[in-house]
Amino acid sequence: MYKYDQYDQAIVDARVDEFRDQVRRRMAGEMTEDQFKPLRLMNGLYLQLHAYMLRVAIPYGTLDSRQMHMLAHIARKYDRDYGHFTTRQNIQYNWIKLEDAGDILADLATVEMHAIQTSGNCIRNISSDQYAGAAADEVTDPRPWAELLRQWSTFHPEFSYLPRKFKIAVIASDEDRAAMRLHDIGIQLVEREGKLGAAFYVGGGMGRTPMIAPLIKDFVPIEDFLSYSEACLRVYNRYGRRDNIYKARIKILVHEIGADEYRRQVEEEFAHVKTLGIDPPVAELERITAFFAPPAFEAGITDSVDRSDPDFAVWLDQNVKAHKQAGYAIVNISLKKTGDIPGDASSAQIDVMADIAKDYSFDELRVTHAQNIVLPHVAKRDLYAVWQKLVEADLAAANLDLISDIIACPGLDYCSLANARSIPVAQKIAKRFADPARQRDLGELKLKISGCINACGHHHAGHIGILGVDKKGTENYQLSLGGSGAEDTSIGKITGPGFDEDGIVDAVERVTDKYIQLREGDERFLDTYRRVGFDPFKEAIYG
Amino acid sequence: MKLLTGNDLASGAVTWWTGSGWSLHVEDAADVGDQGDSILATEEAARRVNAPYIIDAVATPQGPRPAHIKDRVRALGPTVRLDLTLKPADPAAGNWVI
Repeated sequence: MYKYDQYDQAIVDARVDEFRDQVRRRMAGEMTEDQFKPLRLMNGLYLQLHAYMLRVAIPYGTLDSRQMHMLAHIARKYDRDYGHFTTRQNIQYNWIKLEDAGDILADLATVEMHAIQTSGNCIRNISSDQYAGAAADEVTDPRPWAELLRQWSTFHPEFSYLPRKFKIAVIASDEDRAAMRLHDIGIQLVEREGKLGAAFYVGGGMGRTPMIAPLIKDFVPIEDFLSYSEACLRVYNRYGRRDNIYKARIKILVHEIGADEYRRQVEEEFAHVKTLGIDPPVAELERITAFFAPPAFEAGITDSVDRSDPDFAVWLDQNVKAHKQAGYAIVNISLKKTGDIPGDASSAQIDVMADIAKDYSFDELRVTHAQNIVLPHVAKRDLYAVWQKLVEADLAAANLDLISDIIACPGLDYCSLANARSIPVAQKIAKRFADPARQRDLGELKLKISGCINACGHHHAGHIGILGVDKKGTENYQLSLGGSGAEDTSIGKITGPGFDEDGIVDAVERVTDKYIQLREGDERFLDTYRRVGFDPFKEAIYG
Repeated sequence: MKLLTGNDLASGAVTWWTGSGWSLHVEDAADVGDQGDSILATEEAARRVNAPYIIDAVATPQGPRPAHIKDRVRALGPTVRLDLTLKPADPAAGNWVI
């Protein structure tokens, strides 16, 4: 894992002092709310429905047990004993007091964490593959490149006031576990003739105008990684619309001028940027990369697992994934037990996950965009012990990628932007499909719920997506089908008129019943949908 | 009826204008009629409230009920964590929101 150097620590410490003083001035009446609001947002502090909400960055979703314990400490000391892991691999606290904000940021800084650029029209937390460094199919660990982008984008003077917020994902596998093409810039590290490079997809996103990012450059030599990123941002910063918030994202620019014209302008800018020498020297790249060296895996340890406990075997099959190192596995901890609030974890659970990571996963954890936690490097001989500890902490739901592994934004229960509640719908669907055997029979089925058109719950990318809307003052839910955030990226299609809270649960069940009726062989729901098309499902939903 | 609501500056807690001060409980809220804007300006300037705004509400025997669901959620707390609301002992509290 990356460790702060003196510069990293100094800028974070300085920001804590600066924000503490800004809070003091606000409390003393030396600043109005209009003056203070942009300053608090630059430090991740929102004012939500019930209180201030603090969003803490978890760079590319990676953290160690010391940091995870700190997240638990903050939940316990300053909040109401829980945190909410988000679809941008961050964590949010819902009950923060303004007068505590400086102390919280100071505590975070002691473990190399902060809330900088988790809001505002700047480059947000860089996201990545939660299996980075553990996946067998990656060409390299993408995290050094995500870290390089983190350093480049932190307080970047040109990109602190972009037309709109900006989200970047970096992956290094053909299998996309990070919804890469639904980002403003999606970067896939690739190899060509033995050389490392990067494919740049630019202009994707969800929100009110969902778009899949087109390929802008299929191979940028890795030594040009930052220069090309800078060129992509510069063209956007120059021409992105600032007159209309709904047309300000880069996806609108790329769509309106076309991918070819955007590419031409980026190439022109890139030729100039290359003369500025912003790409780091090899020694700096090597310094960063060294932090992400593989842990000291044991060679020759057992690759077999005793499956005699049937509950353990179910969890093993559903939540444990193959690791690139023989004798090791990737463990997914679901935060979606039936009835739970997706992404929420108590301070005690956060502490348990930190302890397990320290004892069994080389002190590493990951947060996933699906609001789950990953232990990336667990020896197979330890899997049963890990599972037992997860069971004790109520963290052993065996439902990864099943219908109850629902992504849901906080919705109208917490969020001031939301039009409808997301969490109760997620809970009702999870209860309707609570039978584990039924869920496993349905197979991979990614259900995603957003409480408003901003799409924090990624509903456009759900195999089944649900969008909450305000219909004359009451909550209403639109259903969409056929979305995907994986390498076969697609945007879901709205089925028709919406439903009330109970009606949407029934509609989902009619969709899954139809799937069971239509599927052939080992088809997933998405495969069947793509084979038979939209109409049979629409007929099933509306009759 | 019209209610004046906002957040406490230091804690962020949702508050309601009672006619003489601020309360955490919407039941205490007073109808501000056409005086909302002037009360809002005075109270905000004195930093006794943050981000205030005026909403429509309906008078009921149990007290004012905000017209929009968003303000009813603000008044109660998250319907999915009744233990964290202002009525943690009332398992049916969420029904008031819906």
